[in-house]
Order: sequence, then structure tokens, then C-alpha cells
Amino acid sequence: MEVNQALARSFGLNAEEYSRVLDIMGRTPTLTELGVFSVMWSEHCSYKSSRVWLKQLPTTAPWVIHGPGENAGVVDIGDGLAAIFKMESHNHPSFIEPYQGAATGVGGILRDVFTMGARPVANLNALRFGNPSLPRTRRIVDGVVRGIGGYGNCVGVPTVGGEINFHPAYDGNPLVNAMTVGIASKDKIFLSAAAGIGNPVVYVGSKTGRDGIHGATMASAEFGADSEEKRPTVQVGDPFIEKLLIEACLELMATDAIVAIQDMGAAGLTSSSVEMAGKGGVGIEIDIDQVPARETGMTAYEFMLSESQERMLIILRPDREEMARAIFDKWELDFAVIGHLTDTGRIVVRHHGIVEADIPLAPLGDQAPLYTRPTTETPKQEKLNPARIEDRFGLTRALEHLVACPDLCSRSWVWDQYDSTVGGQTVKRPGAADAAIVKLEGLRRGLALTTDCTPRYCLADPEMGGAQAVAEAWRNLTAVGARPLAITDNMNFGNPEKPEIMGQFAAAIRGMAAACEALDFPVVSGNVSLYNETEGRAILPTPAIGGLGVLDDVSKAVGLALPPWLDIVLIGATKGWLGQSLWLREIAGREDGAPPPVDLTAERTNGDFVRTHILNGTIRACHDVSDGGILIAIAEMAMASGFGARLSAHPRDIPGHAFWFGEDQARYIVAVPDSVALIRLAETAGVPAVRLGTSGGQDLTLPDGGTISLAALKTAHERFFPSWMDGSEQEP
Amino acid sequence: MKAGIVVFPGINRERDMAIALETSSGVKPRMIWHKETDLSGLDLVVLPGGFSYGDYLRCGAMAARSPVMGAIRAHAERGGFILGVCNGFQILTEAGLLPGALLRNASLRFLSMDCHLRVERSDTVFTARYQKQRTFRAVMAHGDGNYFADTAALDRLEGEGLVAFRYASETGDVTPVTNRNGSARSIAGIYSPNLRVLGMMPHPEDLVDPLMGCADGKPLFDALVGAA
Repeated sequence: MEVNQALARSFGLNAEEYSRVLDIMGRTPTLTELGVFSVMWSEHCSYKSSRVWLKQLPTTAPWVIHGPGENAGVVDIGDGLAAIFKMESHNHPSFIEPYQGAATGVGGILRDVFTMGARPVANLNALRFGNPSLPRTRRIVDGVVRGIGGYGNCVGVPTVGGEINFHPAYDGNPLVNAMTVGIASKDKIFLSAAAGIGNPVVYVGSKTGRDGIHGATMASAEFGADSEEKRPTVQVGDPFIEKLLIEACLELMATDAIVAIQDMGAAGLTSSSVEMAGKGGVGIEIDIDQVPARETGMTAYEFMLSESQERMLIILRPDREEMARAIFDKWELDFAVIGHLTDTGRIVVRHHGIVEADIPLAPLGDQAPLYTRPTTETPKQEKLNPARIEDRFGLTRALEHLVACPDLCSRSWVWDQYDSTVGGQTVKRPGAADAAIVKLEGLRRGLALTTDCTPRYCLADPEMGGAQAVAEAWRNLTAVGARPLAITDNMNFGNPEKPEIMGQFAAAIRGMAAACEALDFPVVSGNVSLYNETEGRAILPTPAIGGLGVLDDVSKAVGLALPPWLDIVLIGATKGWLGQSLWLREIAGREDGAPPPVDLTAERTNGDFVRTHILNGTIRACHDVSDGGILIAIAEMAMASGFGARLSAHPRDIPGHAFWFGEDQARYIVAVPDSVALIRLAETAGVPAVRLGTSGGQDLTLPDGGTISLAALKTAHERFFPSWMDGSEQEP
Repeated sequence: MKAGIVVFPGINRERDMAIALETSSGVKPRMIWHKETDLSGLDLVVLPGGFSYGDYLRCGAMAARSPVMGAIRAHAERGGFILGVCNGFQILTEAGLLPGALLRNASLRFLSMDCHLRVERSDTVFTARYQKQRTFRAVMAHGDGNYFADTAALDRLEGEGLVAFRYASETGDVTPVTNRNGSARSIAGIYSPNLRVLGMMPHPEDLVDPLMGCADGKPLFDALVGAA
């Protein structure tokens, strides 16, 4: 294969980027060298379109130990412990091959976390799929759910939360964003910067095969009609090997043998060796003949670009090599010294004694392309006046319809396939509370975890949508009583070369940054997935937020299940915002208007009030008001407990449908024994609070006199997924 | 009672089991590597849940032929206590220490949810702290928990009182609805003829702390550690 500009283009490098490669090398690169440049400079690895914007995000707080730049973010959670977490996309592979795409997404994010010394304690996943009436969507959902379960269940990390949305914009490009959270001793965090000239470079885990070659490049381009042909670029996962790798690495990490460690993720051996040596400011020599191979006849190019799963690269102390080898022998995993660190500042790759690559590391990193791509602002949409949107359905019928629609129906068909209890520390399982809660072994302390984003808001107003995603994550952690600490972000957008897409990205970052700042909720890790387009159609802008909070005592946490005989109180101001609401889309058949504004001051005041009164025992159940508004929130609380509610009249100045289904932000439904006392306290704190009714009974009685039994509501709520999957419901 | 937990590669509920045993006994159980062959000194050997050797072959088939199994057989022959949960139950059937087999769930999907187990007899060392015919809550998390044996074997199990638990409603009704994985006669757990080997699919070890919602599994471990 002749290396030239045409080949470089097929590897995803444009003419200018290729000429920069020629300048750095001072000669025509070898095939292996071109491969290294092309993957390191791919959008996926270099963040060349997004870096300038990502810098705007707040990344520090007194409790942040490591922010973006490491394999995952690290925050101090007290008791000498750190939580290590990150969310990462596996969108393109999951479209081509849903089971393996999703499974290896889980595997990859697990490695990002345990490579830093953490035992993984929880997985979550944020999923977006296309129109449910397409047979392909059903096949993708089934494969993705099986893949997440197949990998997570086997590897023994509980899957405790996540979210699922449907929208035709994801027809040709589903989103699979997987998040892992791990726990480590605060003073035993492992980093990736290589150090120690002469130290051995050790390869552990699975053998290398030809799978996933150029996966990072695929993830950096739009899909065309030929995407099916890209199946060979999808990796194949082996959760059994991953489980052994976790145990072996943690066993080795308990010793003093490791200088630096990183998983081989996207761009495999190339990115791990280049990044580790680059960060450490050293050189690295790799002898391909020592790399464990799954098949014969592989070239250096294939070895360097393979994305075979379940592999790690470790820089060891030279005197600990035999001890480390014994640990990996015990776990029956490959262990091979494949090179050593040098003082040359270059990566040198040898195969059969021939130098296949010899690249200076500094320019490979420093001269990586960086683009400030043109942006255009998303036009603002009109604020809808609720009084001018007619309600032809009434509250009862709208409620029945909404609880059954794909975006609001029960997800238990999905959760029931994920092991959410392995580890024995899951305090709040999926659906039990606004955030999942996982206790720390031997302590009363626990973590609250959530993933959030409302892509339809982001499309209508990316800045407001970005702020809303962060605020909703903060609210969901607050709603269980947790103190929100930090987020990981997974930015899923279309083609950044289109100004309107880059404009969405820039605006979403602006909104997120404002919310992070106002809520003391910094970004500590993240991932960017661009080119989420098929045949020129972009997805909805989806900045998925993974939020982490801490509870000093998990026994103080509340769930969303509504206990009987309590007062139901709404916290937060209601204007009856119908723009971009699910009621507007599902009932009125419109997807328009400005999304609800996010008032970050109110968000903070209201949330701090709710958290205080959860922790002091006043609030017995809590649920944030989000998709579908107040009535959906109350219905979800009632269905979770089996106790109904009798709701009183709403304020006269807002139309009923707008009051009960509007999606104003910064609101919570709480259940308390004494609403009068709580409302008095709220007034003092400057927090809007209004009593909505009383819990109890087997029915939900609406203020317009309508009554619906919880049994009927639950039947409607639980129908969609099982009947869709067994084929009895084609058109939801 | 001195307890040990067998760690096959790919097992993933060994830590849960260790916590449950320690919660009841105050003593950390011994972790037994799958290549060990000496189990002397142990009263109870636990085979925990997970995916031994990846379960890429029939579930439990590889583990049933691993080096430690000879010692486990000898332990059973000595009259030692054995508890196999989930993958551990599958391994015990694959090893022939308990009859029958665990097939794919009837739905062909992994099932992760709470279930209620009806206690069929409370005069064994495992169930002495439960009441006969009452139920307790446990966690189900398996893809292959559909208990199968031929009619003669099932009749023998029932006739000899070797059915330990059945999937039931909270109030103890055994119906097709409560039998989520499709097990023959709703069987969730069985004993060996000497009542010293128990295999069960659901996990009592994940519900031993009220902070997880309930501690219904704790009496099983309390009874076990109090027995000797």
C-alpha cells in the first residue's frame, strides 16, 4: 500500500493535516506511522473541534482531586475515599452491531475507571433510540439492552440507573453512553504519565487480534448508506476476561509495582503508548514481536491500530516484574514485556527487527490539529402562551396517554435485564428514586448517581438545554438527599463542520458552564462524540450529564414512592410552561416553542431547601418535576408505592393542562406529614411552596373530578416495552 | 461454624457472600482459590454466584470439573455443609451433587428482580430461623435459573421432602405468575438427601442489611453460623 495523500484522506486526514505530518516527519511516513497520526489526530482522540469550547467548563472545586485530562475524574467523598467516574459514548458501533457495540461500551468505560485504581461499584447508561415504529429501532433496543446486560451482569458491576429517550432524529444514529463509578483510596490513585527511563512497558490482558482496526476513525465520520460494511471495525467484548483483568489489576495495585497504567481503548496500543509517554515527557520503544497475538500474519500497522478489548498497558518498576507476572499468571492472563521507556522523546515501533514507526512524540501531541470552527446561533423560538393552546383531551385522558407513551412509560422491562444488586450495596435500585444510591462497603456513606439530558430542549435552545441538563442532574441528586459533587459529560452532536451544529455545541457548553458555576458542580471528566449523522441528518444535540453526589448516611435518603396519608406539596414556581413539553408533543402534536427557562438561583435555593428537609426527616418522599410535569410526577410516585392521591384545585390564573403538565424547572413534589409547617418554612426561605393534595387510597383523583385507578394507570404505564418487544405493538 | 467461599475465575458475588457470612458470624470466611485441594477444617463450603469461567460452555460445566471439586465432593461425603447460590447451584447440579439442571429462563432473558421464596421445611440447618410455609424476600439475578428434572426425579424430590424453596407470592401462593423463570414445579432450591447440601437460584446474601430495603436473607446465615 503506497502512502500518499489519497491514502491519508481515506484514513480521515485532510490535505492540510497530511502536509503537517510530512513536515513533522521530514519524509513520507510509513503505513504504520500514517496509521498512528491518523488515529491520534482523529476527532475521537484529539478533540480537535471541541477543545477550544471545552476549556470554558468549570473543572475545579475543593473536593476535586483530578479533573479532565486523566482517564476519569476523581472526587473526594470523605472517609479517605475517592469516587472515580466517567461517561463515554459507543454510538457508532452500537448502530452497526448493537449487542457488541453496547457491550464493549460498558467494557471500555469500566477500564477507564479501574485503571485509576478504583473498584467499579456502579454502571449507568444514557440511551437514545429512533422512532419505535421502525423494526430496526426494536432490533437496536433489544441488542443494546442485551449487550449492556450481557457485559455488566457477567463482570459483576451493578447497573443501577440511566435513561432512555426515543426520537426519529436517532433513527440512523442511536446513542449509547455508558458511565462507570468506582471507589478507591484517596491516596492510592493511579495515573497514566510514564516515568523512569529504562522501565519496562508491560502489556496485560487479552491477546491482540484484527478487530476494531480504525474504530476511532470510524467514530469520527458520518455514516452513509454503506455503514453495514463497517461491521469489521466493531470490537468484540469478553466480560469474563474483563472480570479477571479487574481483579488482577486491583491485586497488582495493592503493591508498589506500578509507575503508570492506562487501558488500551480507542486506537488501542497507539493511543495508550503515545499518551503515556507523551504525558511523561519520555520516549517509548515497542517490540511488536513481543505483543501477544490472537492470529498469525498481523502487520505492525494492524497491531498498533487494533482495538481488541480487555487490554492494559503498564509501566512497571523494573524490580517488580516477576512479582507482577506471578499475579497475571494466577489469573491466567497474558503478561508480556513489550518494550521500555527511553530518553529519546520518540515512539519507536519494531517488528521482525525492522523499524516500522519512529515518530517524535512532542509534535504528534503539540501539533495536533485544533480548530475553531465557524458557528451559527440557533434561532430562538417563540414563548408559547398556554392560554392560547387548546386542551381537547382533558386531564384524565392526557394522563393515561402520557404515562403509556414510549418516553414516559415504565422502563422495568429494561431494568429487569440488568443485575442491579450484585455487590450487595444497592440502596436505591432503578426506578426507586430520582437517583440510584450505592452504599460504600462497611460504611453508612453512599453515592447518589444519575444521568440526565432533555435533547428536545437542547434542539430548541442549546444554551438553555445545556443548563437544564446540568440542573436536572443536580436536582435528581438533591431529590434523594445527596450533596451533588461533580459531573461527567458526554457531548453527542452532529457534524462539527456544519456551523449550525458547532453553534449548538458552543451554546450547550455555555449553558452547562453557567449551571456548573452556579451550582458548584464542576465537570471532572467527559467525552465528545461528533459526526452523529447518517446521510446528512443530525441527531438532536445531546449533552448527556452523569451526576455524582454523596450521602453521609444512606438511611436518611428518600425515594419517590408516595407513602399514604401525607400532604403532597409542590416546591418551586409554576407558570404553566408548555413550550417543548411532552404534553405539547404527545397530546397537541406539536414540537415547538421555547423550552422552559432555567433560573439557576431558584434552582439552588429550592434544591438546598428540599435537601435540608429530607435530611432532617421532614420530607418522606420526593420526586423532581421533569418530563410530563406535575401530574406525571405524582402519578409516578403513586405507581411506585401503590398508594393514590386526591389532588385539589390549581391556581385560577393558569389553565389546568398548563399547570398540571407544564415543565417549569426547579420544582419538586414532596410528601410531608404537615404541609402548613413546611410551607411556612418555605416562605421564610424564599421558596415557593403550595399544597397539591393528600396521599392515600387506590385511585388518583384529579381536581377536575376525574378519577383513575392506580391499577389501570399501572397497566397503561407498563404496557409499551413488553408488547413492543413481543411484536404485539408495532405502532406505539 | 468455619466457612469458606470458593472463588472460581469469573465468580462475582463472592464479596457479597463474604459480607453476609461475616455479618452473621463476625468472622471473615476463608476465600478458597479454585486450584486449592485441601478443605479440611471447614464446616461450610459456599459456591457463590457469578459466571465461572465466563459460563461460555453450559453454566457451571467448567467449574464442576475444576481442581477444587474433588475436595468439595470429599467434603460432601464427610457430611459437610455446602451452600450453592445461583452459579453455585448450577455448579452443584453439573457436578452431580444435586439432581436436575438449570435451563435458560423461559423468557430467554436475564431476570433481575426481587422474588418471594416459600420455605418448604424449616427443620434444616439452613432454614431453622424461618417458618415453614412462610415466605422471605430474595434477589433473583440470572439468565439460566429454570430448574428442570424428569418427572421421576421431581417426584422423588417432593416425596423425600428435598424441595427447599418455591417461587411464591408474598403471601405464599405458588402460581405460574410467581414462577418467573419457568422452573419445574416452581422449584427455587433443593437439598441433598442428607439435607446438608443446599442449592438455590435467588440470592439471600444481597438482602442482609435493612439499608438495602430488607434483611430477609439474614436468618439463613444466622441459622447456618449458629448451627455448629
